Amino acid sequence: MSRRAVLAAALAAAALPFAAQAQDLAITNATLAIGDGGAPIEHGTVVVRGGKVVAAGAGVAVPADMQTIDGTGKWVTPGLFTPMTDLGLWDVEAVDTSNDLEADDSPFNAALDVAPALNPSSQHVAISRAGGVTRATVAAFNGKSIFAGQGAVIDLAAAGSTGATMLMKPRAFQFVALGEQGAKLAGGSRVAAHVALRNALREAKELAALPAGSQRQSDAMLTRPDALALAKVLDGSEPLYVGVERAADIRSVLALKGEFPKLNLVLVGASEGWLVAREIAAAHVPVIAMPLRDLPDAFETLAATQSNVGRMTKAGVKVAIGMFTGGNQPRYATQQAGNLVALTRLPGAAGLTWGQAFAAISSIPAEISGYGGKAGVLAPGAVGDVVLWDGDPLELSSAPQEVWIDGVKQPLDNHQTRLRDRYKDLDTSVLPKAYDW
Amino acid sequence: MRGKAVTGKWSAAVLAALAMTLTATSGEAKSSKKAEGEAAAEVPYPSTYKPYPGRPTALVGATVFDGRGGRIDNGTVLFAQGKLVAIGGADMAIPDGYDRIDARGKFITPGVIDIHSHLGVYPSPGVDALSDGNEMTNPTTPDVWAEHSVWPQDPGFTRALANGGVTAIQILPGSGNLIGGRSVTIKNVPSLTVQGMKFPGAPYSLKMACGENPKRVYGSKGQKPSTRMGNFSVDRQAWIDAKKYMNDPDADRDLGKDTLAGVLKGEILVQNHCYRADEMAQVIDMAKEMGYKVTAFHHAVESYKIADLLKANGICSAVWADWYGFKMEAYDGIPENAALIAHAGACVIIHSDDENGIQRLNQEAAKAQAAGRRIGIDIPDAQVVGWFTYNAAKAMGIGDRTGSLEQGKMADVVLWNGNPLSVYTRPEKVWIDGAMLFDADNPKLRPVSDFELGQPGEGDVK
Repeated sequence: MSRRAVLAAALAAAALPFAAQAQDLAITNATLAIGDGGAPIEHGTVVVRGGKVVAAGAGVAVPADMQTIDGTGKWVTPGLFTPMTDLGLWDVEAVDTSNDLEADDSPFNAALDVAPALNPSSQHVAISRAGGVTRATVAAFNGKSIFAGQGAVIDLAAAGSTGATMLMKPRAFQFVALGEQGAKLAGGSRVAAHVALRNALREAKELAALPAGSQRQSDAMLTRPDALALAKVLDGSEPLYVGVERAADIRSVLALKGEFPKLNLVLVGASEGWLVAREIAAAHVPVIAMPLRDLPDAFETLAATQSNVGRMTKAGVKVAIGMFTGGNQPRYATQQAGNLVALTRLPGAAGLTWGQAFAAISSIPAEISGYGGKAGVLAPGAVGDVVLWDGDPLELSSAPQEVWIDGVKQPLDNHQTRLRDRYKDLDTSVLPKAYDW
Repeated sequence: MRGKAVTGKWSAAVLAALAMTLTATSGEAKSSKKAEGEAAAEVPYPSTYKPYPGRPTALVGATVFDGRGGRIDNGTVLFAQGKLVAIGGADMAIPDGYDRIDARGKFITPGVIDIHSHLGVYPSPGVDALSDGNEMTNPTTPDVWAEHSVWPQDPGFTRALANGGVTAIQILPGSGNLIGGRSVTIKNVPSLTVQGMKFPGAPYSLKMACGENPKRVYGSKGQKPSTRMGNFSVDRQAWIDAKKYMNDPDADRDLGKDTLAGVLKGEILVQNHCYRADEMAQVIDMAKEMGYKVTAFHHAVESYKIADLLKANGICSAVWADWYGFKMEAYDGIPENAALIAHAGACVIIHSDDENGIQRLNQEAAKAQAAGRRIGIDIPDAQVVGWFTYNAAKAMGIGDRTGSLEQGKMADVVLWNGNPLSVYTRPEKVWIDGAMLFDADNPKLRPVSDFELGQPGEGDVK
C-alpha cells in the first residue's frame, strides 16, 4: 500500500466523516482515455489496486476477486491535472482576509512558499474535484516584486478522505513575471525587470558560494531567504516559471539559458508563442497557456489567437492548458480542451486532436510539473486517480459521476450542491429554508 | 464592474483592466429649459446604420432552432432584402433567384444576442486610455450615455461575431455607480462610428447596480453610499427628485433627470446589476414604491432562491452559467441557477459581461442546460437557444424585430457547423440583416479593426 493508502486505512478506523480506504476496483466496457495523447479506446478497462493503476486498455483482464463497475455508455479517464491554479489559497476573491494569493506588503518575495497556507477545505477545491480535477499546481500572485515565490503540487482529495494534507510537493517551482507585468513591478520597464532578475540570480549565486556564517556583500538587495530560495532556481533543481506573453519577450527569456545554462524554464502565458514556436521547441521549454485568449488585451498579446496552442503543439512544443484563477475555474479545463478540438473543423485554424487536447489537461501538465508517468495518465504504477464520466468529458453536457483519488472514492458534494438541493423547490409552507439541510 | 478575474493574474493584461483611473473633468452644461430639451432630444445621435447588401438566400436541410422554442429538423430558411421570408420544412418551395446553401448536418439559429457587454467601453487593449465604462465620480450618473464611450475599433466586436455568432449587443456602463447611465444597443456590424452600429429604434436602458460595488467605490472615498442602506437611500432620493422634475415644466433641463423620467414614463428599460436574492427583493419593492419596472436583473446568481418572485413580477434574470465566488455577493452562485429559474417559469437570459465569454454564450447556455438535466430538469435544446437569442432581444426591447426566426423579422442568422450546444461547434456563416458578414470559409470575410492593421496576427483566424 502507498503511504497515502496506509494512512487512509489507519484513519478509517478513527471514523472520520469521509474516511475510506483505497479500493481495489475495475471499470470495464467504458470509453477509455489513457491521457497519453492517444485516441479514446472503446470497450476499455482500467484496473486500480492499492491506490495505483495496474492496467488500462482494451482487452485488459480483471482479477477475479475485484469489484467491477460496468462502464457501459460512460467514459473513464485519469483525473485532470490543472497547472498554475489558485486552489486552496482563497475563499472569496474580493474578501482580503480569506485570500492568501497576494502579499503586497511583505518584505519577502522569492522565499514566499504557498505550502503552509494551503486549505484543502476550500470550496474551490471541492468544486474542482467534482469537476474531475484531482491534481494541480498552485502559485501565488506577485506582490511588489517580479518574484511571486514558490508554488506547490497538490492533490484534491477531500479533507479526511485520506488523512493526508493536499500537499504533494512544496517549493516545486519559482514564478517570475517578465513582460508588461514584470516591467511594472521592477520599476517601470522590461529593462529594469531583466536587470532585477539577473541581479537576483547573481546574489543567489554569491550566497550559495559563501562559507557558512560569513557575511554577504553590503550591497545585497535581496533578503537572505529570498536569495536562498533562488539558489535552487540557479542550479536547476527548482524550475523557473516565467510569466511572459510577447514574442520578443519570449526570445529574451529563452536567451537566459545562454547565461544561466542550468535554468529549468517553463513559459506561463505565451500568448504570442506561435510566432516563435520553433525556437521554444528547440529550447525544450514547455508552456502553460490559456488556450482561448484571442484578443489583443494588451500590447504584449497583439497576436493572440485560439490557434496558439495548436500551432505550438504542431511545432513540437509541450503545451499544457492552465492558469486557472478566480473566474477561470479549473473545472473549465475540459471545455477549453474541447474548444481546441473544435478548431480542427475551422478552416485556417490549428487545433488539437481529441487525444492531444485531453493530454493537455492530464499527462502534459503532469509531466511539466514533475509527475510524468505518475499522474494525469492511466499507466501502470501511476496514481489511482480515475474519473467516471456520464459522456465525452470534453463535451459541455458531460460531468463526472465518480471520482477516485489514490484509489479512494471521493465525495462530490460541496456548498453549491447543498444550495442546489435546498432550493430545488421553494416551498416554505411548513418551515423556513434554514431547516432544510 | 466585477472582480475581473477571467484572464490569468500571472499576466499583465489583467492589471491594466483593473486599473481604472478617473479623469474628473467638470464641464459647464449649457442650461436650457426642459421642454425644449425634450423636443430636441427626440433622437439625438441617431442611428446611421443601413443594412449591407445581401443576396436572397435559402438555407436548406439544417436543424433550425427558431429562438422561441421551435425546432424544425431538415428545415428551410429563406431570407431576402434583409428580412426573413419564410421558415419551414423540407417541402418548402424555394423561389427563383435564391442562392441555395446546402446546410445538411448543420444548425441554424437566430443571431446571438448579448444583453450585457462592455465591448467598446472597456475595449481591448485594456489600457487606461481606452477604459471608459464607469463614470465613478458620482454614485448616480443617469446623465451619461454609454454610446459616448464606445470605441468602435474594439477588436472584441470581431471576435464576438466570428466565434460567437453575435449579431446584437447591449453595451452598458459599469456597475461602480448605483445609477450608471444609459446603455446603447448595437448591431454587431463594423463601423467607423457608434451611430453606424446603433440598432435603429432600439429603446434605451438604464444601468443600475445594487450591492457591493457602489458602496465600496464611494465608501472608500469617504462618501455616501458606504452601506447597502446608503445605496437605497441615494437611489430613492434620485427617483423622488426625478418625479419632482417631471412635474415641473419650468425646471432647467437636466440630462440625468431626463433619463430617470424616461424610466418613470416606461420609455427606458431598467437593467439592474444585482446578485443576492434578498437584495433583488428589495429592489423590486423600490421599483414599486417609485413607479418603475425592472426589466432584468443582471448576474443574479441567487435568482434560483426567488425564482417564484421573479416570475410573479415578470423580471428576467440575465446570468452566467456558473460564475461564483469572486466576491461575497457571488458566493452562492450555482450551475443550476438558469435551469431552476426556467423550471419555475421565469425568464432566463445567458449574458457575458466579458469580452471572452461573449464568444461562447451558446456554450455557457449548454453548460447551464446540462446542470439542470442532472437534477431532472430537462429543458429542450430549442428552448435553451432562446436564452441567448429571443429572451435577450425581448429584454432589450427589440424582440419584435430580431432574436427569432420569424417571417418579416431582421435576417440576423447564424449557420453553425454543428449543434450550437456542443463544444465542437463554431459559427460557419453569420448574416446581419441578410448581409453575410462572416464566413469561416472565406478569410476575406473576417473583419479586422483599424487597431489590428499591420500588427502581428492581422487577419488571422482568431
